Amino acid sequence: MSFAARNPSVLIFLSVLALFTLLVTVMSEAIGTGLVSTSFVKILGKTLCLALVAVAMDLVWGYTGILSLGHFAFFGLGGYMIGMWLMYERTHEIAAAALAEGPIPPTEAEITAAIGNQIFGVVGSSDFPPVWAFADSLTLQLALVVMAPGLLALIFGWLAFRSRVTGVYLSILTQAMTLALALYLFQNDSGLRGNNGLSGLQNLPGVDAPQSHVSLWFFWASALALGVGYVFAAWLVGGKFGSVMRGIRDNEARVRFLGYSVESYKLVVFTLTAMIAGIAGALYYPQAGIINPAEIAPIASIYLAVWVAIGGRGRLYGAVIGAVFVSLVSSWFTGGQAPDVPLGFYTVKWVDWWLVVLGLSFVLVTLFAPRGIGGLFDLVTERQPPERHGANLGPDAGSLREKEASQ
Amino acid sequence: MSTLLEVSGVSVTFDGFKAINNLSFSIGHAELRAIIGPNGAGKTTFMDIVTGKTRPDEGRIVWGGKSRSLLNMSEARIACEGIGRKFQKPTVFEDQSVQENLLMALKKDRGPLAVLFYRPQAADLERVRALAEEIGLADQLYRKSGELSHGEKQWLEIGMLLAQEPRLLLVDEPAAGMTSSEREHTTALLIEAAKTRAVVVVEHDMEFIRRLNCRVTVLHEGAVLAEGSLDHVTRNQDVIDVYLGR
Repeated sequence: MSFAARNPSVLIFLSVLALFTLLVTVMSEAIGTGLVSTSFVKILGKTLCLALVAVAMDLVWGYTGILSLGHFAFFGLGGYMIGMWLMYERTHEIAAAALAEGPIPPTEAEITAAIGNQIFGVVGSSDFPPVWAFADSLTLQLALVVMAPGLLALIFGWLAFRSRVTGVYLSILTQAMTLALALYLFQNDSGLRGNNGLSGLQNLPGVDAPQSHVSLWFFWASALALGVGYVFAAWLVGGKFGSVMRGIRDNEARVRFLGYSVESYKLVVFTLTAMIAGIAGALYYPQAGIINPAEIAPIASIYLAVWVAIGGRGRLYGAVIGAVFVSLVSSWFTGGQAPDVPLGFYTVKWVDWWLVVLGLSFVLVTLFAPRGIGGLFDLVTERQPPERHGANLGPDAGSLREKEASQ
Repeated sequence: MSTLLEVSGVSVTFDGFKAINNLSFSIGHAELRAIIGPNGAGKTTFMDIVTGKTRPDEGRIVWGGKSRSLLNMSEARIACEGIGRKFQKPTVFEDQSVQENLLMALKKDRGPLAVLFYRPQAADLERVRALAEEIGLADQLYRKSGELSHGEKQWLEIGMLLAQEPRLLLVDEPAAGMTSSEREHTTALLIEAAKTRAVVVVEHDMEFIRRLNCRVTVLHEGAVLAEGSLDHVTRNQDVIDVYLGR
């Protein structure tokens, strides 16, 4: 059977994604009717990036059973890596233009000093920290988008999985990791502008096109990344590797006794998904325009888990639906667009109450609909769990049941 | 007969409790062996030690013709060396089809990269089909194994073990919860398997062991109490005292 035939949901997903991209394009301000504002195109593009990191989260949690509460650290790291290049090049342009006004043409050292002053002035410095060594090379920074999160995940995962840390303890460790990274980046001398973060990322160096066009390009790139990421994830879980992943989730010890090195597999999945998260972050933050350490606070990674849980873990489209649905609804409620509900004695302001609603729905979904929104599709495709009603016929648990005996 | 596995002078202590006490055991290349003993005699701990799940405090475990020690190998490595284990409760991957379960167990390169690019060849699928035939699940290949009955799950697990092509099979209470016809099928499977490899069966059910018709090792308080044919050990006064006479 061909790949598409084995995974009908992939074809459906790609068609929906393509249709959605086309629809937004023809309604965009840049080349369409202008029905969809540029800022909304940015929101949609960012949402697609969140869907991609949710797919990564689904691979690591829904399929492999590792509840990582630190994948937003990788997402943010990817954003920082591309942000460094964007900020450097952009400042380079401005600095070079400003110095060119002077009577003597500036030397390369003068330009570099001006850039350093411009970028690091806010943290009281003007020297380039070592982490900016490759900031002038797009190729190297693009490589770092996957390498930096990948390396962090590799080291962290190697230490954690080798010691057989699992379950809740691993989740806590991942939270500690993302918190530690956020706290480190908050420091002014971390070299990444402390709590100011990197800004002005929406401006592409060397490009004169208006934001309406740039936003659309990023929207397309995000859609493409999500499409490719989705197909890759489907390919990954569709084969024997996916069998092993699900085996690890359901019974780690059994997989080990089959001769598979569970630790290596976990490490591969953890690192791979960290890289995907890095790519998603690198597409997200140029659309957001700014990245600062608050983005990788522990709560962000918990949101990620909530999206996947509400969407339905263990199925890729569930993760996408969860991320898109919850983040869009979330921005509607917290954006002040949702009307307040006056109760006479108290007025429900959604900006304050949205988190309560989200938390409550997370608990309710986990308790009563563990398959999430994606589970609704089962009603259509009748992917029902086996019906094994009827009393046990034998004395032992699990012996023949009524229905089987009558067959 | 040459020895496949030799365990000598092994002891394990859990929080001061000696689960295995100076245990010695050996088995040949193609031999069927039953291990019996009361609860807490150390049967499962013995299997844990051989498969690498539990590290012994002292003693030696020597494996195969090259006489290599198993003590420093990981569980996965030991499994790849050719020791397969069946657990007391049937542990198949319920979310996956019978075919997927068997394909995962099939003796192939276990490295992540090799597995990532692995696509089942016609020969592999044929082998899976033959195995399913042997365990009586040929017409259930595409069913989710969670839908199988208890006995079928036990067979599937035995089938997965056979797919691993191990040189030593450790089987923990294979007949538990089976109907009498299912037991007969299981007996036949084990006897057949023992023609080409070593099989160790841990079992409580005397009737089942009688049908296996093999050497029996009686464990008690972490050490070997008696060894020999079933009739021989059931006549042994110590065995009667601690186990059969209860």
